[in-house]
Amino acid sequence: MKKKRTFGEWARSRDGQKLFVIMAFMIIPLVLLFVFTYLPFGEMFGYSFYNMKYTGARKFVGLKNYAKVFQRDDCFKALKLSFYYMAGSVVQLVLALYLATVLSFRVKGGGLFKGLMFFPYLINGIAIGFIFKFFYTRGFVFDSVLQWCGFELDNLPYWLKDQSINNWSLVGTSVWRYFGQNMVLFIGAIMSVDNDLYEAAMLDGANKAQQFMYIILPSIKTIITLNVILSITGSLSAFEPPYVITSGANGTGTYFVVMHEIAHTQQKVGLASAMAIVLLAIILTATGLQKLFFKYVFRSAEDEDINATKKREKRLARMNRAKARS
Amino acid sequence: MNTKVFNVKMLPLTILKYLSLIFFSFVAVLPVVSCVITAFKTEEEYQTTNVMVLPQNWLYFENFKEAFTKANMGRAFVNSGIILVFVLVCSVFIGTQLAYVLNRFKFPGNGLIRSLFLFASLLPGVAMQIAVYQIMYNLHFINSLLGYIIMMCGTDVISIYIYIQFFENISISLDESAIVDGASYFTIFYRILFPLLKPAIITSCILKGVGTFNEYYAASLYLQDKKKYGTVATSLYTFVGPLGSKYNLICAGVIIALLPALIVFITCQKQIYSGLTAGAVKG
Repeated sequence: MKKKRTFGEWARSRDGQKLFVIMAFMIIPLVLLFVFTYLPFGEMFGYSFYNMKYTGARKFVGLKNYAKVFQRDDCFKALKLSFYYMAGSVVQLVLALYLATVLSFRVKGGGLFKGLMFFPYLINGIAIGFIFKFFYTRGFVFDSVLQWCGFELDNLPYWLKDQSINNWSLVGTSVWRYFGQNMVLFIGAIMSVDNDLYEAAMLDGANKAQQFMYIILPSIKTIITLNVILSITGSLSAFEPPYVITSGANGTGTYFVVMHEIAHTQQKVGLASAMAIVLLAIILTATGLQKLFFKYVFRSAEDEDINATKKREKRLARMNRAKARS
Repeated sequence: MNTKVFNVKMLPLTILKYLSLIFFSFVAVLPVVSCVITAFKTEEEYQTTNVMVLPQNWLYFENFKEAFTKANMGRAFVNSGIILVFVLVCSVFIGTQLAYVLNRFKFPGNGLIRSLFLFASLLPGVAMQIAVYQIMYNLHFINSLLGYIIMMCGTDVISIYIYIQFFENISISLDESAIVDGASYFTIFYRILFPLLKPAIITSCILKGVGTFNEYYAASLYLQDKKKYGTVATSLYTFVGPLGSKYNLICAGVIIALLPALIVFITCQKQIYSGLTAGAVKG
């Protein structure tokens, strides 16, 4: 039988030390995680059932806030602006993929091109807001460039005021900011492909398009999947471009911009919390569905491969048997 | 290819390739370059010339001086510097220690804690601030650099994943031989493993550093007293309102604010690229 140890002995033993180090190293991150993520998350869920401000009395209203989210003109309907951002992220991903493929092979000045296109990602949001307010101002940068190309100023719209175009203008800034970052991610993934594959393909006479389809695309599908998931989530929660450039005016208020306004300007904390919870549910569902979708697509592709291999093996075995018999 | 075969069929494609690269690089730099041009113009020049006309004097720095003082950017740089140093130091310790425990020890709850951090990264920050605001208020963390720093140290899943990945590639036999020699876990971590983590620490510091320096949403909510607690990002808010159309001034402010990022980018380009790539393959 084990001798019973005193606490001091136990604390000095390996097990004691292990427990101690686990506790010591995890307590701070876990407290921070709890205080700044899960506690507010829980609180927010609670707030969503109250009619309340940050200070003062609160009144329990049950599900009324949730009903309002779907009834009010400015809340749930703002989600339709997400489609602009989704379209933008499709453009962004395709563009990034093209540029990454080009830059992964030997290109003169490749590093410079890469750097120039990546740099917008490192500029802070407020600065971007000013840069594009300036950029889109009537008769300023964008209009000047278009005039060089032969457009008449009178035929050009007000990029940030005209409701038929202003959301596209904002989406453009988002594409501008992130396409270089996506490109760098894709270049990283393409570079990790074994170089022998390209050489073998070249020996076999595969052209650039075939190399892209059969070598590059399959080997970076994981990172593309990840980026598609992220961009849909990002489109649903689009916030920065309208917040810093137009403050949501002239029909550019996305769901989160409206939510920010309701929470921090109107101080309708309960309603804003309900909006947050609703969007969170949508995002989680969308993420889950996409994960399932991609899992299904990829698994069925792999299954096919396995079946094909099995068939081939069977055929080979049959041929061998036939040979052995003859 | 080393063989110099001049392929006539490929020539149009090559031209197209370079044209597209030049075009998109132009698109990427145009907004910033137009800001630089305007920042060097005198008030009168700005009023009378087209924005894309180059300034007469490239050494006209008055706009920068005025923007710097008007937006109180000296103070802002000090604040941003303090925030940056403390957030980076704290999150390096917090992140590496957490990754060490999660990677090296098997204990009930290990998987759960990983999932908790992962799930936290799915929650959109803007939405969370509604309730975080109340908590910051109750903790008296509004208008407090310390409070903002503590909040910014919180969950940073990407660095944790970079560290965990890095730990996976450090052989566990290193720990074991140290244990045989009688070293405590603290000694193993600080004397042996921590120095080995240097590349991962540099990577995550660059990513976290850029993120922290550019953060403005939480800063504008929690550091409302812009005079005392403004950061470089939020100090630009000075130009909203009456100064809102003086773009020669605003552009100068914008250029000052993005200068640190530009310097870091030029000096640490490689680490930034590799850091991004490392952070992205976490899934």
